[in-house]
Amino acid sequence: MIFDVKAIRKDFPILNREVNGKPLIYFDNAATSQTPQQVIDVIVDYYSNYNANIHRGVHSLSQEATDAYEQARLKIQKHFNAKHPYEVILTSGTTHGINLVANGFSSLLEKGDEVIVSALEHHSNIVPWQMLCERTGAILKVIPMNENGELILSEFNSLLNENTKLVFVNHISNALGTINPIKDIIEKAHSVGAAVLVDGAQSCPHIKPDVQELDVDFYVCSAHKMCGPTGVGMLYGKEKWLKKLPPYQGGGEMIAEVTFEKTTYADLPHKFEAGTPNICGGIAFGAAIDYMNQIGFDSISQYEHGLLEYATEQLLQIEGLKIYGTSKNKTSVISFNVGNIHPYDIGTILDKMGIAVRTGHHCAQPIMDFYKIPGTIRASFMFYNTKEEIDTFIASLKKAVMMLS
Amino acid sequence: MTIEEIQNEIVDEFSMFEDWEERYQYMIDLGKTLPLIEEQYKTEDHIIKGCQSKVWVHAEMNDEKVQFTADSDAIITKGVIAILIRVFSNQHPDDIIKANTDFIDEIGLKEHLSPTRANGLVSMIKQLKMYAIAYQTQLN
Repeated sequence: MIFDVKAIRKDFPILNREVNGKPLIYFDNAATSQTPQQVIDVIVDYYSNYNANIHRGVHSLSQEATDAYEQARLKIQKHFNAKHPYEVILTSGTTHGINLVANGFSSLLEKGDEVIVSALEHHSNIVPWQMLCERTGAILKVIPMNENGELILSEFNSLLNENTKLVFVNHISNALGTINPIKDIIEKAHSVGAAVLVDGAQSCPHIKPDVQELDVDFYVCSAHKMCGPTGVGMLYGKEKWLKKLPPYQGGGEMIAEVTFEKTTYADLPHKFEAGTPNICGGIAFGAAIDYMNQIGFDSISQYEHGLLEYATEQLLQIEGLKIYGTSKNKTSVISFNVGNIHPYDIGTILDKMGIAVRTGHHCAQPIMDFYKIPGTIRASFMFYNTKEEIDTFIASLKKAVMMLS
Repeated sequence: MTIEEIQNEIVDEFSMFEDWEERYQYMIDLGKTLPLIEEQYKTEDHIIKGCQSKVWVHAEMNDEKVQFTADSDAIITKGVIAILIRVFSNQHPDDIIKANTDFIDEIGLKEHLSPTRANGLVSMIKQLKMYAIAYQTQLN
């Protein structure tokens, strides 16, 4: 299929709207992506035609909903190349997946065990592990980063030892866009017998991870960053690990048999899917994956890389502009500041001109502390953005800088 | 002038601006001229942490009137602070407690006082009122 951005943009109704009297330019994709009509239609169809609770009902609607939901699981399995469909746990999103694993490990870790996280993590991938370490007496260690926003792998190697039980790292940094060398990290962690959880929230919208090829133990992501709805995501876990972990929440769906003396848990994946799930969300997640695959991840990466290079080049022509995160391996995320102007001020003026960017610390305060800045302006692009939008953004940014200087 | 008179005056001034650009340029200029808080008060005790920008506020009472000085690390936030200080400073604590901030809507700056904005301004207004309540208690 030929990549035609004009045709693609027609799939996204929101891109037609105006903000503050100007056509919307949406560059806050790393926070959440927009939803194509094809996915919106699936949501409308679900509630219009076959809304029912799943896995229990014998009636036709319930059967239809169950089939669609399980079909979505298969799509997700295929997309990430998981070995079995039951290794795909549908969650409420990345944070849920991380907490589920952290909670499970609290019964597997002992005092003196070590857990490694990276300096590039989102708060959601720091706080659960801190809580886990507090509960278990395990020690939290951090892989440091360099000035380019890349993890220092030699330091990682020296942190690894026979006490290392878990390593948590994001595939791509949300604040800087750095693509981390996770294959290498996984291989080294495995050499000391540690399990690895990769946070794929920022990678899945741009690349297609193969969990078997990566040999990763856990991989988590959110649908809403990949053209799907909010409130649904995936936890992939290797069968052997998912069997080892105790259930996270108790409730319906996750049990096999209940008496007051003892409950036996359901098999995977239901053991981790207590209660009525986000049925419509799961089905729409499947549709979002179909949509993105139809465009093709090779085309997406290639096009977005073009946007990244173009925007970087244009931005660097602005006097006093500094980009944070200058690794050669990056996705289409640019974090920057201009002189001493506060990111909040620039974000406010850009909004007046219809441009949505993110400002602040991006839930990654340790990274901001590293650079000794209060935050950055972050522009993040998806395959439906254009060079023309970047031109308008640059002109608007120059105007904002002029007003604020 | 009473708080209400000052608010009306500000609404009049803002009605002369034709578009957002003029409004914001005015606020930015105000932000640049805001009398800074004395360095000794720019401490953790005086800070109001927004998720995005920080605000420092200090209060004193002389002759039954409360004087506020404030600062922020973001200039537009500082501009809004300058307007709030113009309204609330040098007023009797009881008047400050009773005053509302509806005029902010009228001058088109409502979004800055939205709790989701996380710039510290909503907490700042609360803080101004808290100071006023504390001073009022001293007067009673």
